[in-house]
Amino acid sequence: MSTQAPPAAHRPGPEAGGRPPGPRVLVWSTNAISDPGIDLAGSSHMHYSPDAVVISLPCTSGIKPAWILHALQQGFDGVFIASDGDECGYLSDCSRRSARIVERAQALMAENGIDRRRVRIAAICSVCAEPFVRQVRDFTRALAEIEG
Amino acid sequence: MSGRRIGVYVCHCGGNISDYVDVDAVVAAAREDPDVVVARDAMFTCSDLTQSEIISDIGEHGLDGLVVASCSPKLHTFTFREMAKRAGLNPYEYTQVNIREQCSWTHTDDHEGATRKAISLVRAGIANTKGSAPLQPTQVTTTQRALVVGGGVTGMRAAIGLADTGLEVVLVESQDELGGWVGTFGPMFPHGTVGKDLVARLREDIGRRPSITVLTRGRVTSRAGTYGNYQVGVDADGAHHDFEVGQVVVATGFSAYEPGPGEHGYGAPGVLTLVQFQELLDRTEGRLAYQGRSVESLAYIYCVGSRGPEHAYCSRYCCSAAVHASLRVADVAPTARQYHLYRDMRTYGRNEEMFTESRRRGSLYMKFADDDPPVVETGTDSLTVRLHDLLSAGEELALPVDLVVLVTGMVPRQQDDLVGVLKLPVGQDGFFNEIHPKLRPVETVVDGVNICGACQGPKTSAESIASGLAAVTQVAAVLKRGTADLDPQVATVLAEQCTGCGDCTSACPFGAISLFGSGNGAKAVARVDAAGCKGCGACVPACPVDAIDLAGYTDHQVRGMIDALAMEVAR
Repeated sequence: MSTQAPPAAHRPGPEAGGRPPGPRVLVWSTNAISDPGIDLAGSSHMHYSPDAVVISLPCTSGIKPAWILHALQQGFDGVFIASDGDECGYLSDCSRRSARIVERAQALMAENGIDRRRVRIAAICSVCAEPFVRQVRDFTRALAEIEG
Repeated sequence: MSGRRIGVYVCHCGGNISDYVDVDAVVAAAREDPDVVVARDAMFTCSDLTQSEIISDIGEHGLDGLVVASCSPKLHTFTFREMAKRAGLNPYEYTQVNIREQCSWTHTDDHEGATRKAISLVRAGIANTKGSAPLQPTQVTTTQRALVVGGGVTGMRAAIGLADTGLEVVLVESQDELGGWVGTFGPMFPHGTVGKDLVARLREDIGRRPSITVLTRGRVTSRAGTYGNYQVGVDADGAHHDFEVGQVVVATGFSAYEPGPGEHGYGAPGVLTLVQFQELLDRTEGRLAYQGRSVESLAYIYCVGSRGPEHAYCSRYCCSAAVHASLRVADVAPTARQYHLYRDMRTYGRNEEMFTESRRRGSLYMKFADDDPPVVETGTDSLTVRLHDLLSAGEELALPVDLVVLVTGMVPRQQDDLVGVLKLPVGQDGFFNEIHPKLRPVETVVDGVNICGACQGPKTSAESIASGLAAVTQVAAVLKRGTADLDPQVATVLAEQCTGCGDCTSACPFGAISLFGSGNGAKAVARVDAAGCKGCGACVPACPVDAIDLAGYTDHQVRGMIDALAMEVAR
């Protein structure tokens, strides 16, 4: 299993001063459910890495596996999918579909020599501020370990 | 360069953003993009003044795309879409960038990191706008009927208000009859309005409106459909009903806090909750008595079940309700000694006058520390309350009393079934969450589902009814137009790339995609029914040849955002 790091050219350098940057995480959220949960983390002034950034979509079942691969190839260290789980307003089988997308992405990642642990999925509800922050912190820590 | 002419506006939000994010640096970074024609900061981008300036910029600079970096899209997407419309710009060529909830507020500990992130997010917003295209919503006729769930005073008043706008109303109550909590109440603060009388009047008002259908012993079992036209299932009185409704109003109220056994002596004779004590007062004719014995002394213990680990919030109404009860006691038992043991008194607004009046009429107020609540000693035939009174230098007082009233607050109702059917957003406190308490106080993140009254959090009956009327205004504003604009951010098929494999048709849970054009040698091509598509995007990853895009979230836009977010930010 490869632990290949993303291209160094995109990684902010510690020489720039300030707090050392952490692993860069792209988060996929959903407009109606998990994004409000992530908003709530901010409203509650909970802290997580500023190197975690969010793109919101209607539903995580609409994520192309190729987008996940693209993000990792462009310089993100990890991709976290904040799925709606059972609360999805569109799809009763959203969890299954989103998990399938992760499997397809991991297959693409394997073809490209990228560690499958760089993508992670968890259900984040509309008030799951603490679980979201915990997930991002855990994932950030895990990515740092992958980096060695 | 994309050839677009984009304006970028970065908000300080007072200091909510600029206290943690270097807004000047964000604006400077935006100006580096060759397609950004105008980039400015503003103290409040949502203000009328800044909106006017943006509209002026759109005309003056010929802008064809906008980025507003401020708060969550849940708050002001509609604000800026409407602003764009007023300026003649298609509202879907604007991107809202969240640099408050998902940046400044969550990175208060790292200003440099917050600024770096804000720059990345704004770059992604610019990339999204570059890839945007003008979209036109599909207009549908809305159903001129509303579903109101909950038949307490809030739901009843909302139903009456909705009926008076000309809408049909289905009012579903879980109990045997309409009325809710207030239907069980006697005189209520501040004016002594009798709850039972108020409910009786509302019942009569509903009875005079044939456009209101009342279903008791009912529960909502299903909800499907699209904005403005939902199909709901209701089981009531052993029968099933199906209705078409345009909007839903949830007014399911609260539960009263029930102390645990032994909590402040609860369970012992003479230890009552505020609700039980109010019922005793309602039954009282002549002298105040409990179990046949005159009540000559009472202790009210405030904040029971509130502002603690289980329920962290203040219930707001209970201080005033207890003070009001003590005034009723003063009417029927003027010589009774009344002790109010409180943490903090919150008789806000005009209720302060009741507080003053109760002291004038002899009530004594004693303050205990948050971590040192009163102790109720229950003997075989006596009650003694001990506390350290902070107003008497912490002196320990022992109060022998005939009754102890536990001033209990409101807690959220357990209604998991309804939450599941309507996908209601439940807050950390267990009550339902509105989008914004001031800006969108009765809307939820679930399209077409509104909330009002004490299901949102503790409220007085007057506040609940006002909230119900706000829901009336919101629902009527949507439905009385007769039509609604469906979100145009739906799936689109790139016909030249489509191979007609049909994978998207089976991926769509709404049956909104069909294959057309097969036969006579023509290639079958997928086609999307825009009114049936709900814009989930589930078809997008199903297509093996990338022939489906979700408008507003196209492959081009998403990849552009990823690329922008991945760019290094110079520090």
